[in-house]
Amino acid sequence: MDLALSDADLAFQAEVREFVKTYWPEEVRRARATSSRFEESRGHSPEVRRWIDALNERGWAVPNWPQQWGGTDWTPTQKYIWDRETAQAECPQLSAFGARMLAPVLYTWGTDAQKNEFLPKIREERMIWCQGYSEPGAGSDLAGLATRAVREGDEYVVNGTKLWTSGAHVADWMFCLVRTQTGAKKQEGISFLLIDMKTPGITVNPVYILGGIHSVNEVELKDVRVPVENLVGEENKGWTYAKGLLTHERTGIAGVARSEVQLARLKRIAQDTGMDGGALWDDPAFRQRVTELEVELEALSMTELRVLAQVAQGGAPGPESSILKIRGTELGQAIAMMTIEAFGYYGMPYPEQTLIDNEGPIGNPYVMPTMKGMLYGRASSIFGGSNEIQKNIISKAVLGL
Amino acid sequence: MDFSLSEEQTLLKDSLERFIQNDYDFDTRRKIMAGEEGFSRENWKQFAELGWLAVPFAEEDGGIGGGAVELMIVMEQLGRGLVVEPYMATVVLAGGALKYAANEAQKADYLTAIIEGSKMGALAFAEPQSRFNLADVATTATADGDGYVLSGHKAVVLGGPSADFFVVSARTSGGPRDQDGITLFLVDASAAGLSRRDYPTVDGLRASEVTLEGVKVGADAVLGAVGGGFATLEQVIDEATLAVGAEAVGGMEVCYKDTVEYSKQRVQFGQPIGKFQVLQHRMVDMFMEYEQAKSLMYLAAMRLDEGYSPVAKKAVSGFKVQVGKSGRFVGQQAVQLHGGMGMTEELNIGHYFKRLTMIDTTFGNVDFHLKRYGTV
Repeated sequence: MDLALSDADLAFQAEVREFVKTYWPEEVRRARATSSRFEESRGHSPEVRRWIDALNERGWAVPNWPQQWGGTDWTPTQKYIWDRETAQAECPQLSAFGARMLAPVLYTWGTDAQKNEFLPKIREERMIWCQGYSEPGAGSDLAGLATRAVREGDEYVVNGTKLWTSGAHVADWMFCLVRTQTGAKKQEGISFLLIDMKTPGITVNPVYILGGIHSVNEVELKDVRVPVENLVGEENKGWTYAKGLLTHERTGIAGVARSEVQLARLKRIAQDTGMDGGALWDDPAFRQRVTELEVELEALSMTELRVLAQVAQGGAPGPESSILKIRGTELGQAIAMMTIEAFGYYGMPYPEQTLIDNEGPIGNPYVMPTMKGMLYGRASSIFGGSNEIQKNIISKAVLGL
Repeated sequence: MDFSLSEEQTLLKDSLERFIQNDYDFDTRRKIMAGEEGFSRENWKQFAELGWLAVPFAEEDGGIGGGAVELMIVMEQLGRGLVVEPYMATVVLAGGALKYAANEAQKADYLTAIIEGSKMGALAFAEPQSRFNLADVATTATADGDGYVLSGHKAVVLGGPSADFFVVSARTSGGPRDQDGITLFLVDASAAGLSRRDYPTVDGLRASEVTLEGVKVGADAVLGAVGGGFATLEQVIDEATLAVGAEAVGGMEVCYKDTVEYSKQRVQFGQPIGKFQVLQHRMVDMFMEYEQAKSLMYLAAMRLDEGYSPVAKKAVSGFKVQVGKSGRFVGQQAVQLHGGMGMTEELNIGHYFKRLTMIDTTFGNVDFHLKRYGTV
């Protein structure tokens, strides 16, 4: 038992740091840290494009994919180092829907044509995807989805409504769960379709969430015609693929490195915020609560390492992996809430005002991104299977209840 | 980065597991506790034969050269069995002080005897006013010829009733709560002027109030440097904190697993209570608390094995914070979910709850270690 990194891992870490320093320099990072990044818009800033191109050139864009499709031969420890270094430097990530969610389904169950067509574009971030899962009547009970796809010759005709679809307004394509059969067990009649967002019959309506953020949408599908070659795997087996997708990419789900960055920022803000002639950071009650978060974060970080170590030995992630999502999101939310609290009255100005009157920040420059992050972050315990659903899963799969 | 146990470590773990499984069921423990000494000398002999009493000591001192990870392995299993034999008092606390501060003669006299199982010891460090501050030592040691005269009151000395000797912290110089000026002394239990008031603790251990009234000791009783006892004390207590935390992790494991089993058996409203979602989620929370504590246990053990440093101290304090919180939650919820049965002396659950509750205030509670975590 020891925590030391091997010489090879240390060398790899140095290599990663050098790469990050070159392609995602400190000044770019700092400029972005005080801006609002929750609005998703089409296209990337030149800095982000440069980063993604450099990743592809180096062969580091999609470390977890099979090597055949541009993945790496990194050990789990190397992947951990990569995740940690890039998260600490707040490097941009490839859109998760394509690279982390759809791609594993495609390289596992897709046809050769689908792999050849989509995987390179996802890896280079030249095709943006959204996920057509939730519906007005199917949230936590996802298998209750009602969007219908009826086969007509070489096409499926799709009708229904998807809701909470992140990034649908900027996506080129959507991977979508549709019902192709009724009557059987509700999980059994579901299929996995790939739909071009430019297909006639698709309407994307914005849903503004707290903070005035446009991230999610309602997607109406009216007689949308999808070629049968865009079916992934077998008809009516889509639920299996959707579930398989959930077991991929467990690392990083806890957001440990991101939370560490936020916690360090919280401390700096508390040091810069005045109180009783000194700093808020000198208030023992405040400091003690921050320390509690720090200890919890350290525990989570170790739990993540334990999971990684199991994977490194060729095992499947053990039961403790299910903790990562629950505790990771709770902790991220708690840090964001404390940061808002640290701002005191200066948490109150409407976050967008800076952009509206173009006069620079009101109060601390971190207020706007922090407030937006806090509001947006409430979703983290809801999406990807709410934390209550996660507890149902642990109860069944781990405790056997 | 490696979380696996070596072959030797696995053997150690297996031997303890077997003992808990075969020789230390709940009824056996109750009978042992009801005995006059509150633990079994037979078991102690077996501990010695199995080499468990030698675990944290260097090979040249007759030990097996185990580190913090080995200590963690032992204590986690002892925690699962709620073992009442004074391993903590003799091996971890008194033995720990000897390990770091004893000269060759002292090692030959005391450490060898501990490893053989022929002597038991206790560390008398706390005082009625000291709470968790190891430097708050009012007991005095006044130079007297070549030796010293000790006077003072040592509080809640774990393993005191069975101790053949005490390691006593006393002030040879400095003011109250100064870290400098504390000296450790080896004092025989039968020394003139030493008196004990023995009692059982609420969680099944034995302890003593130890009063020293003009106890004369020779220069050879000084353990380590005169005035430099604090550093030893701090390191020993940090290791003991890891040890008691590991004990709690073992206890939590039993608590959550037994609760899950019980909820599958206990039928109310026509179904096992484990079918109720409100209880399922509570048990998931217990499981998560246990796992988080276990994660920080590994961190603390590995940091201590890297060397005793501020990083290690911080890891120990972080672990103890988590143990305090997790232990309270898991213990309390185990009683709650067992309902009336959880309240009875006949069932193990209430005994784990008591032990977990007392562990929170052993070597510093959550508040104490949060503060320490933020400052070391």
